Parts: sequence; structure tokens; C-alpha cells
Amino acid sequence: MKNTLKVVLGAAALGLMASVASAGTLEDVKAKGFVQCGVNTALAGFSAPDDKGNWTGLDVDFCRAVAAAIFGDGNKVKFTPLSAKDRFTALQSGEVDLLSRNTTWTIQRDTALGLNFAGVTYYDGQGFMVNAKKLPGVNSALQLSGASVCVQSGTTTELNLADYFKANNLEYNPVVFEKVEEANAAYDSGRCDAYTTDQSGLYAIRLTLAAPDDHVVLPEIISKEPLGPSVRQGDDKWFDIVKWTYYALLTAEELGITQANVDEMKNSASPEIKRVLGVEAETKIGTDLGLDNDWVVKIVKATGNYGEIFERNVGSGSPLKIARGLNGLWTKGGLQYAMPIR
Amino acid sequence: MQEHDVSWVRTEMVLAEAAPRSQAGFGAWFRKNLFATPIDAALTVLALLALAWAVPQILNWAFFSAQWTGADRSACLTVAQGGSHPDGWSGACWAFVSAKFGQFMFGRYPIEERWRVILTGILFVALLAPLLIPRAPYKGLNAILFFGLFPFVAFFLLVGGFFGLPYVETSLWGGLLVTLVLSYVGIVVSLPLGIILALGRRSHMPAVKLLSVIFIETVRGVPLVTVLFMASFMLPLFAPPGVTFDKLLRALIGVALFASAYMAEVVRGGLQAIPKGQYEGADSLGLGYWQKMGLIIMPQALKLVIPGIVNTFIGMFKDTTLVLIISMFDLLGIVKQNLADANWATPQTAKTGLVFAGFVFWIFCFSMSRYSMYMERRLDTGLRR
Repeated sequence: MKNTLKVVLGAAALGLMASVASAGTLEDVKAKGFVQCGVNTALAGFSAPDDKGNWTGLDVDFCRAVAAAIFGDGNKVKFTPLSAKDRFTALQSGEVDLLSRNTTWTIQRDTALGLNFAGVTYYDGQGFMVNAKKLPGVNSALQLSGASVCVQSGTTTELNLADYFKANNLEYNPVVFEKVEEANAAYDSGRCDAYTTDQSGLYAIRLTLAAPDDHVVLPEIISKEPLGPSVRQGDDKWFDIVKWTYYALLTAEELGITQANVDEMKNSASPEIKRVLGVEAETKIGTDLGLDNDWVVKIVKATGNYGEIFERNVGSGSPLKIARGLNGLWTKGGLQYAMPIR
Repeated sequence: MQEHDVSWVRTEMVLAEAAPRSQAGFGAWFRKNLFATPIDAALTVLALLALAWAVPQILNWAFFSAQWTGADRSACLTVAQGGSHPDGWSGACWAFVSAKFGQFMFGRYPIEERWRVILTGILFVALLAPLLIPRAPYKGLNAILFFGLFPFVAFFLLVGGFFGLPYVETSLWGGLLVTLVLSYVGIVVSLPLGIILALGRRSHMPAVKLLSVIFIETVRGVPLVTVLFMASFMLPLFAPPGVTFDKLLRALIGVALFASAYMAEVVRGGLQAIPKGQYEGADSLGLGYWQKMGLIIMPQALKLVIPGIVNTFIGMFKDTTLVLIISMFDLLGIVKQNLADANWATPQTAKTGLVFAGFVFWIFCFSMSRYSMYMERRLDTGLRR
């Protein structure tokens, strides 16, 4: 996610590829009968196999939502696990139709790499975790003056850390590790006072610590990592479908439409709900998108609304127990805001 | 002629005396092997202390304290972590391995189709076992079945799409299945190809020699990781849109060619050890090139380099884990992937999963190694020491 070298490589690759992105991804997808979706090889809460080998996670569920919008079946999707290095090539070469792999939305990727980001399915950012037993009373990163901090080398995480402490005139000792496993083990054995990586990662790491309840994730977020699904530039119709699938998930949560009550909601008196669910007379919202008018019904039936997806995979319904925070709806103090469906 | 009185000549052999107490029995063995010099004694004591420290801990972790059953992570957690084990508990979370065992063996191969993999495995063992046992009859037929027919049967069974078997794309394959497929193809291709390349490199025909040298040196000069990476990263960019190459096929070709180049050099080492007289002897019998090589030279040369050949096989078996680079999940890859399952995230999961993967690799490598030592002893007819 964070290595300039990879970006340069990717950009070079794209120079070769600029002409390949073909129009008509939706037609291709309909013809082959499934969406080919690029996901992370393994990331807790975002894309990981369950006991039966099925893919689960927030990024995975977004792929299923897109498949459901098109086919009415969240299982008409095939997953291509991609490493950080080959994800952009896979999208540009047409190996995948959609990249839903915790990818940070940056201008460089939007322009030079030729991607179109459809939205932000998860607002992540670099944070800190400390051992509350070892450092009692620390409840802000600004109190970490003089602390030793475990960090993975060669990532922007390391740079952000340096910038943050310098900007706040704080002293710190970076304890740098090549591999994330080494950093985890060092932190767990008490070699550092604090651990820094993306917040979603901190919650996942906390599960593997010897005494998870002793460790707290501090509220400060020192970098912006808006993660979202992306598609190739040059196919606006497909881009619209992915983008509005994301908005439909948010709108459903805003209107209280859930996997369980979506059928009852079709009889709702509210004109807004009727419009979103495509039961308004002579509606053309779905067909204008290139889908059926009940596309939102299909999405919510397959995966639930955004809140349900969040809670199931990373929130209170999962072992990660990540609070909604920035990912709450705008009406509840978060940043998730859907454009109106009308 | 003088007659001898032979009454003092013994008519029966003297029975051997028992060895002196200082040279026989338990005590002597100990003195000779463990406490011969002060340094030996010190090392022995140190080693025993290290074992006494480590073995109980390992046994305790792997067996006595281990958690064998459970449906999710809570089975392998201490009270402080939200489970039921006492604080400070440390034991293997075998429940994780048993919940994920199907994936570790077959990857995402559809559950209702897994009998095909198992059947292939049974065929594999049934054909391989008699091939490995020297006394078993019909070696020729067996070899033809194993190396000639079995690959096709296995292909039809595993890939499917014929005779009513549903097609299973290779991106769903994983776990031990991928490890074994890669190794089998690598071994079956690399030995004959390696022999041909080795002969080519020692050939007197310039073109054949040059091509062999170029192939061997090019392949040996590039790391396997690079080739796999290029195959997955660059190949799709040069291919026309919509054309995708099967990832498993890319890996198979890469691994097989790599093993062949290394095998060629091992075999060449054996060829160099054969004295010139053997070649001349074969020539003087009027044998042609292939007869000479097949009947006189190769049997001796290959026998000499069995350790090198098996070394290459074992190295290749472990190199298959590199396919993780191209997002294929061999045994190690799928174990690591499942470590990301938040439902099993515990402090013990990673250790247990990796120990399991290591143990499976060890079983295969160790059996290959033991079998090669057995074959060496059996074939070591000329130079037995």
C-alpha cells in the first residue's frame, strides 16, 4: 500500500497498458456470468477464509454486493487474491473487474495509475496501541514522549511516525522490524512501549497478544488511509454501478433497510424508501444504471446494508470489535455520506 | 621322517574371552561415546541439560497442554483473553488445525469434489509404493503406468470437465495438493530432462552443447522468485486482453525448468566421475552412443550422485512454497492465509499452524532422505566401504 517503488513500477506497467482497458465491463461481466474481484490474500476482517474456505470480510462483502446488484446473487463472484505488488496490474490487464483490496485512495493512484475510486468503504489511518498496565494513564499519543515505538520498516508508517513526533516536538525511539510478525512478537514481549500501524491492523494484532485487555488503541489518527474499491478508468457505466452499489449500501443503512426487513420495507409508506427499493411506479433509476429496478433489494438481501457488513466483519459481531468511529453514518458523527438516490 | 607327538596340540578352538569390563557394556559405551575427554564430558552434560530444559516444554506445549477441540478462537484463549484456560497457559491450538484441515490439504477445492483428489492420491500411492520396493515385480509396467499414464489420469481427475466431472479451476486448488502437484511434476520432468541436458553439455556436437550450456546457465543465473514474479506481474501486460495464463501452469513450468537445470549439473558431476576406460570399454564392445550411455555410463553415474539428486528433489519440494509470490497457496501459503481469520486469532494460532506446516514438510523431506540412503546402500555394490 505504501511503497513508492511499487507505485513507480505500477505506473511503468500502466504506460504499457493504457490502451487495454476496454469499454463494456458490465456486458463482459454479464456474458461470463460472474464478477471477478481482486481481494487481499489475507487480512483479518477484510478478506480471509472461513473454516469452509469461503471468503469473508468487508472487502469481500463489497464484491458480493456488486455481484448481487447485477445478478441478484451475491455468490456470482470469483475472487482473485492479490498481493500489494500485483493488484494494480491485475486490474489494468483486465484480470479482475473490480479491485476491493484495502487500497488507499490517493491522487497518484487516481491519475497516474489510471484508477477510479468508487468511494471509501473504510476510513483507516495510522494509530497507536500501548500497554495500559505498563504505561498507566496514557490516553493520548501526545503523552508518548520518550517512548520506544515498534514499527515495520520501509513503509510510510515509519515516515508518518517520524513526522508526527517531530511536528509535536516529542522524543521517541523507533524499534524497527522488517516483518510484521517480528514487530508483533517484540511488542508482545514488552520491548517497546507502543506499537504503530493502521488502526484496523492494531485491532487485529491485539487479538493475538497474550493479554489483549491490557492494551488500548489510542484515539489519535496520524495519517489518512481512506480504503476503497476501484475500477479501471474509461468505463463510466461500470464505474457508476460500483459507485452506486456503495451508495446503496449506505442509503439502506440510513433508511433502516436491513437484510431481515427488506421485503417488508417494500410496502413502506415512505416515498424515499419506495424510490430506493424500486417499487415506485414507472421508476427508471435501476434501468438507467444498466441494472434492474430492484437492484437495491438484491444488494441488501445478499449482504445486508453497510452497517450490517461492518458489524459482521470488523465490528461488534466479529472478534475485532472495531468501533464505527469515522465509519459511522454522517448522521451519527461519522464520515459515511451517501449521495441521494433519486 | 620324525613322528611328532601331537598330544599338546589343541583339537578345538579356545573360546573368546569376554571383553574386559572397561571395554564392554553400558559403562564402556558411555565412556567411549559421551565422556571420552573432558571436552566431550562437558558437551554431553550441556546437551543433556539443554534437552532436559527443552523436551518437557515442547511435549507439554504440543500434547499435554494442547487444546484439541473447539469451534472458534475462544477454545484457545486464557481467562484474561476471554477463554477458559488458566492465565499463563501456553499450549498448541490443534483445534485450529482440525477446523482448517480440509483447506490445508485441498485448498478451496469444492468439498463435494474432494473425493477426486483423494482418489488421485490413492492411485499415486498405489503406483508409487511397488516402484519403491525393490522386490516388487513388473517394474517396467509399473514405471510406464506411474510416469506415463498416471499424469493423464490425474489431470482428468483433478481438472475435470470430462465424463461428467465438473470442471475445477486451478485457482481453487491449494494446500498440500498444490505442493504435491508441483513437486511431482518437477521430479518427473526434471530427472529425464536433467539427464538429457547433462549429456548435451558433455556432447561433442557444438550446437547441442551450446544450447544446453545456455539453458543451464541462464536458468541457474536467475532466482526462481524473479521468474515467478515476472510470470505473474509482466506476462499479463504483454498478453492480449482477455488471454490469461493459468497460474498453476506458469508455476509448474517455472519449477520444472528450474529443477531440470540443477539436476543437469548434478548428473554432470556423476558423469565426470566415470573413468575414461569405461567409455573406451563400451566403445570396444561396439556399443552405439545411447547403448553406451544407457547400459554402461548412466547406471554408474546416477548411482554416484543419488545424494545430489535427492538433495535437488528436497530443495525443490521446499521451493514450491515460493508460489506464494504469485498468490497461489501451497501448504505454507494456505496456513498463513488462515492465520488472518479473525475467528481464530489467538496468541497460539500462528505457532500451531506453522508447526503443523513444518511437520508435514519434514515428513516428506525426511522420508525422501531416508529412502535415498536405503537406495544408496543397496546400489553401492562396487565401492562399499
